[in-house]
Amino acid sequence: MDHLNAVKEPAAGSARVEKWKEERLAKDYERISPRRDEYKTLSGLEIDDVYTEDDVKDIDPVEDIGLPGEYPFTRGPHASMYRGRPWTIRQVAGFGQAEDTNGRYKYLLAHGETGLSTDFDLPTLLGFDSDHPEYRREIGKIGVAVDTVVDFHALFDGIPLEEVSTSLTINASAAILLAMYRVVGDERGIAGTQLTGTTQNDILKEYTAQNEFIFPPAKAAELVVDTMEYGAQVMPRFNPLNACGYHIRDAGATAVQEVGLTLSAALCYLELAQQRGIHPDTLAPRVSFFWDVHNDFLEEVAKMRAARRLWARLTRERLKCTDPRSWLMRAHCQTAGVSLTAQQPLNNVARTAIQALASVLGGTQSLHTNSLDEAFAIPSEEAIKVAVRTQQLILHETGVADVVDPLGGSYYIESLTSRIEEEAMELIGRIDEMGGMIPAIETGYANQLIADSAWEQQIALESNERVTVGVNEFVDDDRSTGGVELFKPDPGVGERQIKRLKEVKSSREEKRVAAALRDLEAVAGDLHHNRMPEIEEAVRARATVEEITDVLRNTWGIYQPSTVF
Amino acid sequence: MTSSTADGTKAPPIKVIVAKPGLDGHDRGAKVVARALRDAGMEVVYTGIYQTPDSILRAVIQEDAAVLGLSSLSGAHMEYAKDLCKLLAENDRTDVLFLVGGTIPEEDGEELKQVGVTEVFGPGTRTEDIINFIVENAPER
Repeated sequence: MDHLNAVKEPAAGSARVEKWKEERLAKDYERISPRRDEYKTLSGLEIDDVYTEDDVKDIDPVEDIGLPGEYPFTRGPHASMYRGRPWTIRQVAGFGQAEDTNGRYKYLLAHGETGLSTDFDLPTLLGFDSDHPEYRREIGKIGVAVDTVVDFHALFDGIPLEEVSTSLTINASAAILLAMYRVVGDERGIAGTQLTGTTQNDILKEYTAQNEFIFPPAKAAELVVDTMEYGAQVMPRFNPLNACGYHIRDAGATAVQEVGLTLSAALCYLELAQQRGIHPDTLAPRVSFFWDVHNDFLEEVAKMRAARRLWARLTRERLKCTDPRSWLMRAHCQTAGVSLTAQQPLNNVARTAIQALASVLGGTQSLHTNSLDEAFAIPSEEAIKVAVRTQQLILHETGVADVVDPLGGSYYIESLTSRIEEEAMELIGRIDEMGGMIPAIETGYANQLIADSAWEQQIALESNERVTVGVNEFVDDDRSTGGVELFKPDPGVGERQIKRLKEVKSSREEKRVAAALRDLEAVAGDLHHNRMPEIEEAVRARATVEEITDVLRNTWGIYQPSTVF
Repeated sequence: MTSSTADGTKAPPIKVIVAKPGLDGHDRGAKVVARALRDAGMEVVYTGIYQTPDSILRAVIQEDAAVLGLSSLSGAHMEYAKDLCKLLAENDRTDVLFLVGGTIPEEDGEELKQVGVTEVFGPGTRTEDIINFIVENAPER
């Protein structure tokens, strides 16, 4: 009866697994060799053949994994997760003039979107007006054109801001647009306490990844602190900061780098606030996060769980936050734009669906699914509808939303969660040694890190070490978008927007504008003076994005882009 | 790319300007291409982001570049590429190999090739294909 004993009292973990590897697995490999010499996640983390209780023996089920809605939030920020409230279906939209984007919002809401999200055009992102002679060709191209609060009124016309939350994808000029949102609410009779949503406003990732910055990083980071304090005071349910991994990842970073760099930036803002005497517990509950959910399904799930746990620990242990809301990481996710292919575009529907599923299993609070035509242009209505429907079928048809954190406890997921947490913490430690995120940017360290990872991925793709379906394998000439017509920008937008700007300028009270800008100028240079009241007054007076930005540009100067590659 | 001439002396490396016009900051592609061309032995100058057609032309003239690679992901590729075609012609630089890369819809690419762009490389292009194209087509300097 020896074999029965063996079943009842298995050899201690590792010995049992070693035996299995030597006897059982090796036999399989004798017949069928492994498909690859070594297996790695998309981010380059080595993967073993199988994961067992051995791989989780140092992971404490209470201290490390815990329960949903409880510290350290590995299993999710809320106890009931999607059994109670589903994630917000939040598709980003923005093109043309405010009315055009407003129309797209209404289309999306009519098709079941539950939150708004706005992309702005490049002049708005970089603090220029539509009548700037150099940048007219960019008006309304990759987002909506906004020059004054008059445009913001048109953007949100007919939309109940007291009911729908709005995300504003704005960074370098976020302070101005945050004030605009508040002023639109105010002028429509909606109290600041009723406004919900997010400004992206994570300026530090602009220097490392997205490259839409104006001022030197140290100055720009102080402006972020202004908005966080202002938010806490006048619109307490709004998230002024959405710390972003998305752009860092899309620029080429690994999952570990995405978590490490993003959390380092979030720490930087809160620590700068601390230097002004603002306790992190005042601001941290309204910090939200934004992840890029890429192709490696299980790695993405583990990444989101790791990020939640690490943030809980950093806020509690390092920042000494005592308010549990400060420990809790809430996140928006977007499927990876960089994973979309122009080849065989219909495949993008499948890619996006799988990435969206990972976002949900990772425990997101809000989700944007990319459209199949986004490797070419901003999405068409038909394509974006499929993207919205993808989220709806995950919610209603697959059953994954009916149980909380269904992958929790998986040997592989828990082991990978811990590994990503550890490696991200190591990166945060290296950045700390450099003096924090701002020196890591100024020395070029963070940019080089991302550029090197991007380069390695390109090599992996070109050497066929990584397969991208339709690009380096299973290639054909198919460029069909399944009848979806690509979105075409309206060439008349620029002229109409410049005309509107002229009308606003000729009807406003110039004295009030000049006084507001003078007042801003007077306080701009004092890094620890919160500039938001002055910016808000300038917005109310119908000062333009460029006029307000120019005051800060003249005080702080501009940051020179890097030419390192 | 360093190659040997008929008399056995080494040809100078091909000079390439990689440029980002306008306010678009998405430069992952531009940097990857720049690195691949440099690794292939070319002399590459990356302008950085926020360039104007004039500043790009100045870089081409200053470096006496044989190749100009313009990267655009902001949807404004038509305007910038057409401006540059005009500027290159006005400044007697029509022999410059003018390549455009990024999120360029196919029909836009066709139109650009008719106005003076030599070739368009869309998303998913292998850097090897760009290198080969340059080696085969770059004018001598």
